[in-house]
Amino acid sequence: FKAAVLIQRWYRRYIARLEMRRRCTWSIFQSIEYAGQQDQVKLHDFFSYLVDHFTPSSHNERDFLSCMFTEKRLLKDPEMEKYCDYESIEVPDYYTGPHVSFPLLPDHATALVEAFKQKKQLHARYVVNILHEARNHLIQLPNINRISTCYSEEITVCGDLHGQLDDLIFIFYKNGLPSPERSYVFNGDFVDRGKGSIEILMILFAFMLVYPKEFHLNRGNHEDHIVNLRYGFTKEVMHKYKVHGKKILKMLQEVFCWLPLATLIDGKVLIIHGGISDKTNLELLEKLERHKIISTMKYTKKPEKEKLVEESRSSSPWFPLKSRSVPSSPLRLSPQKGSRSASIPCSFIPNRKEISKRVRKSVQLELEKCRQQVGVSEFKVQEELPLLPPESELDSCDLEGVNYEEWKQVADILWSDPMPQEGCKANTARGEGCYFGPNVTEQMLQRHNLQFLIRSHECKPEGYEFCHNRKVLTIFSASNYYEVGSNRGAYVKLGRDLIPHIVQYQANRATHTLTMRQRISRVEESALRALREKLFAHSSSLLGAFKSYDLDGTNFITLSDWSAAVESVLHLGLPWRVLRPQLVTHTTNNMLEYKSWLNDLAKEQLSHENIQSSLLEVLYRNRSNLETIFRIIDSDHSGLISFDEFRQIWKLFSSHMNIDISDESICDLARSIDFNKDGNIDINEFLEAFRLVEQSYLEDKDSELKTSETSDSSCSSQGIH
Amino acid sequence: MADDKDSGEMGLQEIQKKIKDAFEVFDHESNDTVDVREIGTIIRSLGCCPSEGELHDLIAEVEEEEPTGYIRLEKFLPMMVKVLLERRYRPIPEDLLLQAFEVLDAAKEGFLTKEELMKYMTEEGEPFTQEEMEEMLSAALDPETNTIQYRDYLAMMVIDEN
Repeated sequence: FKAAVLIQRWYRRYIARLEMRRRCTWSIFQSIEYAGQQDQVKLHDFFSYLVDHFTPSSHNERDFLSCMFTEKRLLKDPEMEKYCDYESIEVPDYYTGPHVSFPLLPDHATALVEAFKQKKQLHARYVVNILHEARNHLIQLPNINRISTCYSEEITVCGDLHGQLDDLIFIFYKNGLPSPERSYVFNGDFVDRGKGSIEILMILFAFMLVYPKEFHLNRGNHEDHIVNLRYGFTKEVMHKYKVHGKKILKMLQEVFCWLPLATLIDGKVLIIHGGISDKTNLELLEKLERHKIISTMKYTKKPEKEKLVEESRSSSPWFPLKSRSVPSSPLRLSPQKGSRSASIPCSFIPNRKEISKRVRKSVQLELEKCRQQVGVSEFKVQEELPLLPPESELDSCDLEGVNYEEWKQVADILWSDPMPQEGCKANTARGEGCYFGPNVTEQMLQRHNLQFLIRSHECKPEGYEFCHNRKVLTIFSASNYYEVGSNRGAYVKLGRDLIPHIVQYQANRATHTLTMRQRISRVEESALRALREKLFAHSSSLLGAFKSYDLDGTNFITLSDWSAAVESVLHLGLPWRVLRPQLVTHTTNNMLEYKSWLNDLAKEQLSHENIQSSLLEVLYRNRSNLETIFRIIDSDHSGLISFDEFRQIWKLFSSHMNIDISDESICDLARSIDFNKDGNIDINEFLEAFRLVEQSYLEDKDSELKTSETSDSSCSSQGIH
Repeated sequence: MADDKDSGEMGLQEIQKKIKDAFEVFDHESNDTVDVREIGTIIRSLGCCPSEGELHDLIAEVEEEEPTGYIRLEKFLPMMVKVLLERRYRPIPEDLLLQAFEVLDAAKEGFLTKEELMKYMTEEGEPFTQEEMEEMLSAALDPETNTIQYRDYLAMMVIDEN
């Protein structure tokens, strides 16, 4: 029947276009996510840069820097005990949330789940209590958990949850609560991004304490306080626990570092959060002291004589220098740069010029410091340098038991991603770990007599994905991760036969009622919004790029040139020609009048005229970096930073990023945010201003967001006017 | 739709770049090959509306002598350029589609029952898979009357495409 064929032809084409849109949307989200991760790495490079190049001119600035870099650890147990002194935290009578007492019983854990379902919040005292008990338990566990299907019939493995409490509740609902017959392994990344991170942690720790033999947790790259600063967990804790948040965060550092690194089922199935590298070695992993790795985001060596460092505060910038203290070893790394082996420390920018510049600078600084401190710490200078004999490679240095090689082992486990090509190369998208190919997987399986690997770390549209000839299974349990309708979540069950059974779900009733078209449209709109935001943030660079294609000064460029220009500025690797119809709507004769296009973009993003668009553009582009920096500066997590600190950090930031914004406009900006005129800026309000800009675009265009010139707006919720 | 106009007026280079972009979206290994099962999606997203049979012919043209399950860009590109330049497999105009529905609507009532649509789509022409059928129904079916008001459905879909 011709009619039928016609309809079918048309329909199939329609579906195909939808599919194409879905793929593009996916790439947009992924590339923006990874770009964000790269920003994080750049941020760390920024700090390293600061240390190398910034000569503190005033005592204040030096203190400022040193307090950013020194990490005071609660290593000693008696100190720890005093810190998590939960007994002193009183629970008021009006508290209606769940109560917890020890020893923890299954009913308590179940009650927690119920309470969280009803949106109750657990009191700080119990949070601290649970963390304390969790740490005591975790300390006893080995680096690699070995479990067996003999004890429980089946084992359920779940992937990233990222603070999405609904998904965890759904998993327990669909698969059943943990019990002696029902084992669970949660493969890291419990926190960040979603809004229920602390609740998820409480539930997971509670069940771990109730069923220690059947409930297991692996560490993920987000179980890391530095990552938390950027991706929302720190914010969530401070917001929910205004009085005790700081204590909870500090304790969490001590808990996260004790999480086991991997789980092994029947000696045949290895579960790690990220992946492996060609250097991954289970024996080494088992032996190292995992709690010494507080963060896998940067490699810092602890000085052997910690007391000495803290005594002379003026030499604290000395401390991070130690990670590159031997002039000869970085130099040796430069010739090796050609082969991108996984042994190049990821905190280095793989750029020969940069390395030699830094080395020269750090050597100079070092010499300067030596000269400065000749009197005071001469003996110290002599002590430290011989510890690192010039001939030694970076990875044979050994200070306090965690050397570079060990740290890299853990970073690889937590950050790597599989790739289809053979080989193993540095993971440039994430900045840590590597990409590993099927041959690396094969070697690993053979070396340790394994059947397959289970890992998480990457979001997949179906919630799971097999690769490397079904030898690697990615399992991701946060459904609707990017946006409602973006992806399913999944978990995998293993019985005695070790054959994986996958269960998928999407924890949002609304998505079931939407058709595919609607789902894709929603997600797509969200992705395009994010993309437009990024385009706006690079307006000036884009203008420059467009101009270079418009040599005659006609103000028009071809659409083809548009695609090329955009990619050259954003470096996101997206299929711009496919996306173009969605981003460029007005063309005349196939030519684009780029200036008005940029203006339209700006109009979408701005809702007020007080801040010049260039300043807003710059701030916007660096928003998440700024937020992270703010949170680091605000070391007491008070939510306030002083006017001076704000100016200082902005000066440093702008000189590093070569941003040309006048001091004056920054001052104006800062002053306008300082509503109560007490010289302090509320970080949250500053950032809220950006959210409002975003929101007003989403809401009705004719919303009335009054912009006021002066800063005496009594209603602080208006943010920056 | 913008794409159609474009492919006629743009230069050869632009067409090639467009095809490459679309191809790359599905090139998961970044080695200029895509799974043969995705070719249909790529071709359709570039503005063409071939039937399944026509699609198979196209694939046969670009497959390797010994089918590997993958199609290489270097074979796909020239074929696709020709298709676009010759404006083959143009999409169906709305009124023709409406006529098609009307042909199926034997009783000329302005709607099709769910059973009728299912029967035609899964038994006649180039049959739908069950998935395709379900998906189409989810959008097309009017839950109150359990029928497909095809005029409205078409109108909605056409707006959507733009």
